[in-house]
Amino acid sequence: MTTPAPGQAPAAPTGQIDAVERRGDRVFSRIAVGAGTAILVALAAVAVFLIAQSLPALWAPEGSFRGTDGTFWDYVAPLAFGTVWAAALALLMAVPLAVGIALFISHYAPRRLAQPLGYIIDLLAAVPSVVYGLWGITVLAPATVPLYEWLAENAGWFPLFAGPASGTGRTVLTVAIVLAVMVLPIITALCREVFVQTPTLHQEAAYALGATWWEMVRMTVFPYARSGIISASMLGLGRALGETMAVAMVLSPSAIISFAVIQSENPSTIAANIALNFPESAGIQVNALIATGLVLFVITLVVNSVARWIVSRHERSLESR
Amino acid sequence: MDTPRRLISALAITAVLATSGCAVNELNRGDSSGTLAGTLDGAGSSAQASAQAVWIAEIQNANGRLTVNYEPSGSGAGREAFLAGGLDFAGSDSALTAAEAENGLGACVPGTGAINLPLYISPLVIIVNIEGVDALNLDAATAALIFRGEIRQWDDPRIQELNPNAALPSATITAVHRSDASGTTKNFTDYLAQAAPDEWQADAADAFPYGGESAQGNSGVVNAVTNGRNTIGYVDASRAGDLTIAALKVGDEFVAYTREAAARVVEASPLEEGRADDDLAIAIDRTTTEPGAYPLVLVSYLIACREYPNPADAELVRGYLSWVASPEAQELAAEFAGSAPLSEGFTDRVLDAIEGIR
Amino acid sequence: MTQTAPRPATSSRSAGAPVDGANAYVSGRLPRWAAPGLTAACLGGAITVMALLAAAGAIAEFSLVLAIAIGTIASIVLVTAISLMAEGRRAATNRFMIALVISAFVLALLPLVSVLSTVLVNGSARFDLEFFTWSMRSVIGEGGGALHAIVGTLQITAWATLISVPIGLFAAIYLVEYGRGPLARAITFFVDVMTGIPSIVAGLFAYALFVLIFGEGVRMGFAGSVALSVLMIPVVVRSSEEMLKLVPDELREAAYALGVPKWLTIAKVVLPTAAAGIITGITLAIARVIGETAPLLIVAGFTASMNYTVFSERMQSLPVFVYTQYANPGSDVEFYLERAWAGALTLIIIVMALNLIARLITRLFQPKAGR
Repeated sequence: MTTPAPGQAPAAPTGQIDAVERRGDRVFSRIAVGAGTAILVALAAVAVFLIAQSLPALWAPEGSFRGTDGTFWDYVAPLAFGTVWAAALALLMAVPLAVGIALFISHYAPRRLAQPLGYIIDLLAAVPSVVYGLWGITVLAPATVPLYEWLAENAGWFPLFAGPASGTGRTVLTVAIVLAVMVLPIITALCREVFVQTPTLHQEAAYALGATWWEMVRMTVFPYARSGIISASMLGLGRALGETMAVAMVLSPSAIISFAVIQSENPSTIAANIALNFPESAGIQVNALIATGLVLFVITLVVNSVARWIVSRHERSLESR
Repeated sequence: MDTPRRLISALAITAVLATSGCAVNELNRGDSSGTLAGTLDGAGSSAQASAQAVWIAEIQNANGRLTVNYEPSGSGAGREAFLAGGLDFAGSDSALTAAEAENGLGACVPGTGAINLPLYISPLVIIVNIEGVDALNLDAATAALIFRGEIRQWDDPRIQELNPNAALPSATITAVHRSDASGTTKNFTDYLAQAAPDEWQADAADAFPYGGESAQGNSGVVNAVTNGRNTIGYVDASRAGDLTIAALKVGDEFVAYTREAAARVVEASPLEEGRADDDLAIAIDRTTTEPGAYPLVLVSYLIACREYPNPADAELVRGYLSWVASPEAQELAAEFAGSAPLSEGFTDRVLDAIEGIR
Repeated sequence: MTQTAPRPATSSRSAGAPVDGANAYVSGRLPRWAAPGLTAACLGGAITVMALLAAAGAIAEFSLVLAIAIGTIASIVLVTAISLMAEGRRAATNRFMIALVISAFVLALLPLVSVLSTVLVNGSARFDLEFFTWSMRSVIGEGGGALHAIVGTLQITAWATLISVPIGLFAAIYLVEYGRGPLARAITFFVDVMTGIPSIVAGLFAYALFVLIFGEGVRMGFAGSVALSVLMIPVVVRSSEEMLKLVPDELREAAYALGVPKWLTIAKVVLPTAAAGIITGITLAIARVIGETAPLLIVAGFTASMNYTVFSERMQSLPVFVYTQYANPGSDVEFYLERAWAGALTLIIIVMALNLIARLITRLFQPKAGR
């Protein structure tokens, strides 16, 4: 991040008195640099692997891909769309909820209640995705069918809810709900940790000025935690974009691009498509699947850049105020 | 529920066992019973997974020092790994092509090639969940039109014609196909393509060629058909459970699936041409009109080398595969995994081929 | 957690009536029981009306979920409206947001409780001694256990943690305490990108890496650990970085002022202060990877027997166990499903235990709360 969050001063600029430099310092800083570099090396290795394995698919002739007669790009377009679409829907549901829950735990619930609640939320991050998948198809999907039928009948004029509604409830909206439930604990846990770090003095000062609870939250907690909320959401987004098993189990996918969220035919996601097709793939099909993985990699890159750009712009506008 | 107390004792015992040695059922592992000893690694078709588990369990019981691993990672993954030389044998829902079988295989002695052995035959069934209907007749053409989405209502005249006595509701059909690429889909579409070429208009393929509702794996399809209304799907016969199974028209009569009927169509089908005598790839004849044959079957292969660089490996593979081909093993798989046992005449051919492994 | 976030002392703080310029008589305060009382009345009313309508045949069937939803929305609107009239705009906003926060919490708990109870109910059927003392070697149909998978999961995850935590934590320290310039920016950016690697790609990558070293067909638990590390490192870096950033600079400056070297400041002041958050982050990271199926199936393999060494041969893990039991059952489906659910329950309990241990450790390291 280019600008420090409020309350965080940058390390002392040169010219000021720095901490005393010892041998321990040199060793320590080298270890830190080494660790950072190791991450870049690992990522570079993954990228090299992805690109090397993808190249054959990118130049493969038309018709060598499942479900399309076209080129690789025709093959990957619906998948890329589905990935972003499902993750966006999920995040749209999860982030406000997660912030609400985190606020409830950190600043509203009685303290004796807050700690066990935080603990339970942490636990839920541990439920394996297979279980979320099982829950999605056995509990959630059947329960949504009446809702979808009602939506198709009464709100069908709205493109998102265009009918005919799915008879089994295994739609992209159901998947988005499952994904939202999956990322909720991650976002909540991180937000909560950040919220409780808000300096007590700031909060008490807000109260002393006669602020209501909500005004206190808006004036002290949110500005302090903004970068944390964004980071938490990014982690959640990463999981939602890359989630494999739960999506594969719950979704009823087709090779289409469609914004309708309650129909039988839904765009699939890249990760789920890899899981569904990898076991029976050989040769060029494996290359094609890895190439879709590369596309997901690029999507994450773009989404993250956009998010970072928005954050930095927002912070700059705050400073200029 | 006294979960907490159970939990504590279970954790304690797990900790003790995990640090001290072995699982209770493995304490006598390593006794010198049996003639086979060593480790055998296979991978591939997940359709075979439960049958393989049964076969492996029995042969390990008889041979205390033998360990066989079978990873249900998928046919394509299994074939790839075998071709690259990472496995002793592979399981696959489709045979290696003649070219693949004869050319350089990583695990085998160069130039000797591999053989396909059809050791797992599983009938597939069309399952339906329609209110008020507990028996349904279908022919290949109607099934093809339903799964293509051309027939949309259960009270369509083309279905009523086949089921004069059934009270078919005026409801939309939800046809559920597999969302993952699978040997089950390949055999199902192969059946439709052979038996109803005018209606289906697509080749046999791992991935379902048309749109519509879909679900992952046999488990997913069963789930979708059970929980949905007015649904239809296709799965391994062993997974149909209590759902209504459609009878298929063969010749002039409707045949309900039985294991014997499934094995019969395999026996009646020719081998693929242009292959060596011991390479038993079957070209299933789905258009058969033979009475009592059920043409909707999945044939899954075990793939092994003709010649292994290490004679000890060859002995293990020979031992394991001839056990799998034996009538006892086939019966066990039928009981616990719902497959159809090989017919007698065919068993001998397979055993001959296995004896040739060096 | 020793943080002391101030909580609202009463349900509504002074709304500053004179500031609003409203009539002092009107802008009094609602009694404390007003909001909860109204909410209860709305919920009860909605359920009663719905039940009556259902009994009278006016609507098809009685839906508790729908009734509660209607009741909740009605109560939020009502409480806000009354508060707006009696207490003024600011207090009404406050009440509205509090109502939203509480409903968000309840709404989110519904699916989470549903998931947990499903696992508990289904998982307890086979949660017995045999499950924890047997492997699946030579087991057909009924019985059998997951000891091999439990041991495998613990070892693979432990090695993954051992790889990821030092790298991730030190990278976070670099970013917060040392990082400036292009290297820091690159790391920050690419760590985010790394969160988007699909798990199966991480598995394929680890497989390709180990094939380079050991040749085709390699399967070992450690390769699984490497694959999991790829997924785990970004989570560790991201969460640790956020926590380190939140350590007040006054603490660092105080340490420097006392002549403490930078590395000791980090090790003795910054890290312990952020310990609770970092541990939460690490627990989350472990939770994120411990349930991964696809990469482990590719590189760690599948076996029914015990294996105690991560550095050779196939190793079973709990998620692979759960998934294969669910996906490839034999004829007696219920035995397989019961094992799958018991495996899922075990997995959750393992993470719960790790979480508990981590919190105990944190408490030992944390500086005494002097705030």
